[in-house]
Amino acid sequence: MVQQLGQLPMGWLLTALIVFVVTTGFSVGRIRAERYLVSGRHKFHSRGNYHGYYVAMWGLLPTLFIASAYILFSRAAIFGWLDSELPEGFRQFSKAELQSYLEAVSAAARTGGYSGADRIFATVTNRYLELSGSLNGATLGAMVLAAIGGIAYARRQVAPAFRARLKVERGAEAFLFVCAAIAIATTVGIVASLLYESVRFFAQVPITDFLFGTRWNAQTSAEFGALPLFFGTFMIALIAMLVAAPIGLFAAIFLSEYASPRVRRYTKPLLEMLAGIPTVVYGFFALLVIAPGVRAAALGINSLLINIGITSEPLLAAQPTSALAAGLVMGVMVIPFVSSLSDDVINAVPQTLRDAAFAMGATKSETIKQIILPAALPGIVASMLLAVSRAIGETMIVVMAAGQRARISFDPSTDLTTITVQIVALLTGETQFDSPKTLSAFALGLVLFVVTLGFNLIALRVVQRYREKYE
Amino acid sequence: MSSPVESPLRSEKALKHLRRRRAADTRFRVYGLVALGFALFSLVFLICAIAWKASSAVTYHVVKTDIVLEAGRIVPDGNASPEEITRNIEGFYTLVRDDLFAKFANLEDTPAVRKDFSALIDRLAVLPLARRVAKNPTLIDQTVSIQIPVSDDVDLFLKRSSPRSIPFRLGEGAQISPGQGTDEMVLRHPALESVLSSLTALGSQQGAPSVLVIADSAVARLTDLQDQTAGFEILAGDLADFQGKPLKGLIVAVPESNRTISDLQIAWALALKSEGIIRRVPHTSLLTSTDSTYPELAGSLAAIVGSLLTMLVTGMVAIPMGIFAAIFLEEFAPKNRLTQLIEVNINNLAAVPSIVFGLLGATLLLGTFGLPRSAPMVGGLVLALLILPVVIIAARAALRAVPPSIRSGALAVGASRMQAVFHHVLPLAFPGMLTGAILGMARALGETAPLLLIGMVAFVAEVPSSTTDEATALPVLIYSWASNAERAWEPMTAAVIVILLALLVTMNVIVVMLRRKFERRW
Repeated sequence: MVQQLGQLPMGWLLTALIVFVVTTGFSVGRIRAERYLVSGRHKFHSRGNYHGYYVAMWGLLPTLFIASAYILFSRAAIFGWLDSELPEGFRQFSKAELQSYLEAVSAAARTGGYSGADRIFATVTNRYLELSGSLNGATLGAMVLAAIGGIAYARRQVAPAFRARLKVERGAEAFLFVCAAIAIATTVGIVASLLYESVRFFAQVPITDFLFGTRWNAQTSAEFGALPLFFGTFMIALIAMLVAAPIGLFAAIFLSEYASPRVRRYTKPLLEMLAGIPTVVYGFFALLVIAPGVRAAALGINSLLINIGITSEPLLAAQPTSALAAGLVMGVMVIPFVSSLSDDVINAVPQTLRDAAFAMGATKSETIKQIILPAALPGIVASMLLAVSRAIGETMIVVMAAGQRARISFDPSTDLTTITVQIVALLTGETQFDSPKTLSAFALGLVLFVVTLGFNLIALRVVQRYREKYE
Repeated sequence: MSSPVESPLRSEKALKHLRRRRAADTRFRVYGLVALGFALFSLVFLICAIAWKASSAVTYHVVKTDIVLEAGRIVPDGNASPEEITRNIEGFYTLVRDDLFAKFANLEDTPAVRKDFSALIDRLAVLPLARRVAKNPTLIDQTVSIQIPVSDDVDLFLKRSSPRSIPFRLGEGAQISPGQGTDEMVLRHPALESVLSSLTALGSQQGAPSVLVIADSAVARLTDLQDQTAGFEILAGDLADFQGKPLKGLIVAVPESNRTISDLQIAWALALKSEGIIRRVPHTSLLTSTDSTYPELAGSLAAIVGSLLTMLVTGMVAIPMGIFAAIFLEEFAPKNRLTQLIEVNINNLAAVPSIVFGLLGATLLLGTFGLPRSAPMVGGLVLALLILPVVIIAARAALRAVPPSIRSGALAVGASRMQAVFHHVLPLAFPGMLTGAILGMARALGETAPLLLIGMVAFVAEVPSSTTDEATALPVLIYSWASNAERAWEPMTAAVIVILLALLVTMNVIVVMLRRKFERRW
């Protein structure tokens, strides 16, 4: 009986129960209010619907609370319980093995129990079903009780003079605030989780070794010097910006100062399409088209230099995946980030400045170079900073086209690795949450977060100042 | 008035200076044009390169023939239960293979040849046939028409993409006589000289290229060539097949030892193709089957469903939450430190690298809350947090576009602030909010990195049915197919990219249409 409870489709049940509670609460409140109304002797502060909403709110609040607690903690709770009940023989397993064993148990339980030959597994699965069955039953029971309690409490308050609308509106406003605060909760969550894991990492690996060490070999041996990763990230972002900065800026100048409104209307969305293409598509393009091209070019330069007699052996590494290929494609991806914001700030420069320059006899390019660009400079710098932060945090292009080898080399045709590539490499596949190998990914994530946050904060501040200046 | 010649503004020096300034002006304009042109060219180049790659995956080659499902082969022990039938893939496979093998009458029946022949079709390719029979056991001992994809090597060769083959035409008028062995022949033809010269032009270092001569379904390979007389080894068909037929030929530049498909296999494939048994058909399985380790059997159905489930979770969380948050910030928030902090926060969150959200999901959702790995629910939640700032920013812009007079009007007739917002402002702002939400969803649909970190990169062979099942998503499928080594995956990956881009374009078109329909100037 309890085991059958363990197989309930809780997701659907919870949803149905909540919907039921809300509709019942609403009807109960409204019917109660209407009954007063029908008697005709009372003057109501709020309309019947608001009384309904009020009662529904009181039904919803506790049930929703219990349901979210169930969704978030039930698995962890059952696993913990089961873990503590497992016989001594299981203690020899590592935490990760135990975890995957329990995962298998829960998977078997979901498909309706285990009927194979492994007796221990069958017993554990049955126990799992019992535990989750009692938890499911308890949750549903608690929800029903809480809903009844809430609805009953709220129903007693329904009276002609009761200011239901104000209460409902205050409740709604609180709900809206919670939604807005989720954004803060996300940031806090990111910072807290990254910090927590990083602190655990730095307890095992000194922070100076991590930041200034030059040997990175997290996968095989425990070498956590992240300097080559920082270098690779910097190098690829630099190549990307060498492409994106001039092209984005000139495109923005052309669009805002030279192009006719018609051209502008059609080309601007096209340019922004570059930012809408998924990065994995860029990665595929880099891997398939650009990387072989870069390699062929590097090989060509090598043989040319040898033929001329400048060097006797190949100068460039000419790897199948290279920093240059990743950087070039990333540069194309970043163009709209530069051009769109630059375009905005150039447009925001007051027309009077242009008119004044023209009146002095300046040509259009002189006006742009000597008047508009200096005036828009803070905004343009901000757009570049945002683009750099985008390039540093970009993952898929470098994962697919930049390579895995951590080293410091100024040869653009060699393969470099970046922070993001290593995070992906460390956290895909079998992961154990306690090993320094996994934890190092979070330390890298922290560095990435801090650096991009710094760039963003500066850029946003600059843009804000700039707006204030011209408004 | 002074005459133009005397004016200092008209002096030679001034004019030169002016010309220089004007040239600089033109140059500057050209720079801008070139920059814009480069950006647009990159876009077009990217899309064309991928579309061109994908075009060869639009069709693929299948074996299409009628076959008798002999009971003795597919249910050897007489047990026609569905499990037994699907387990006996080997029986189905040998049945199909032997049926094809029988079409080549004068082929020696040695295990080595049979093994070679087996490479035409991968073993797992008969699984759908086995499932079909298991579902409907009355088909046993009946003649059924089957359609089974050929192996990726054969498919790529027949599509001329790898190894590359150069066709040539000999035409009629060849004199054919039997050679020394049973499967040898001697061919005289005036055009052979040009073939010879093109062969020397190819001049491969690693080994000799293969030259094949084809007459309908008979294929022979060149063994030696002198001027206009050539010795051939017949690989498929017999001598009579070549007599009096217009001859065609193929040069395969890559030597046999350097490729995965042998000359003999090429000959069989060509023969079967000319008999109409191997046909080129639309590659619908790309949309209807799930992932596989064999490129010709793989499809994107599981990933499409996984993406849809993930988007469902993302949309259900991010859209209402983002809209409510925007309403609070725009309409109710008091001007204090806390709301200011939230504002700065949202703007910053919008620029946090997506992989950081993946880290958050890995620790918080998988680690602390113990939610299942690889599940669309976790992926959907992470992506919801990722696009929340986008949705909020767009929704706020939509709210700001509603003129204050609407609010004032509602308040003036006695509505509360909540009523003014929900009854009057929100309906007007809703189309704008919706477009922002769709754009956010489009961003989430293409996002890969966070999904990798929460384990949605697993090989998923079954279509997920709920948000807690193991699943993968379209962009992740692209990533994992792109990391496969075999050549056949490239067009497949490109085709999935086209599917993904088509979905994104659809979403953007919806946005444009909504904007057209509801755009209103106050």
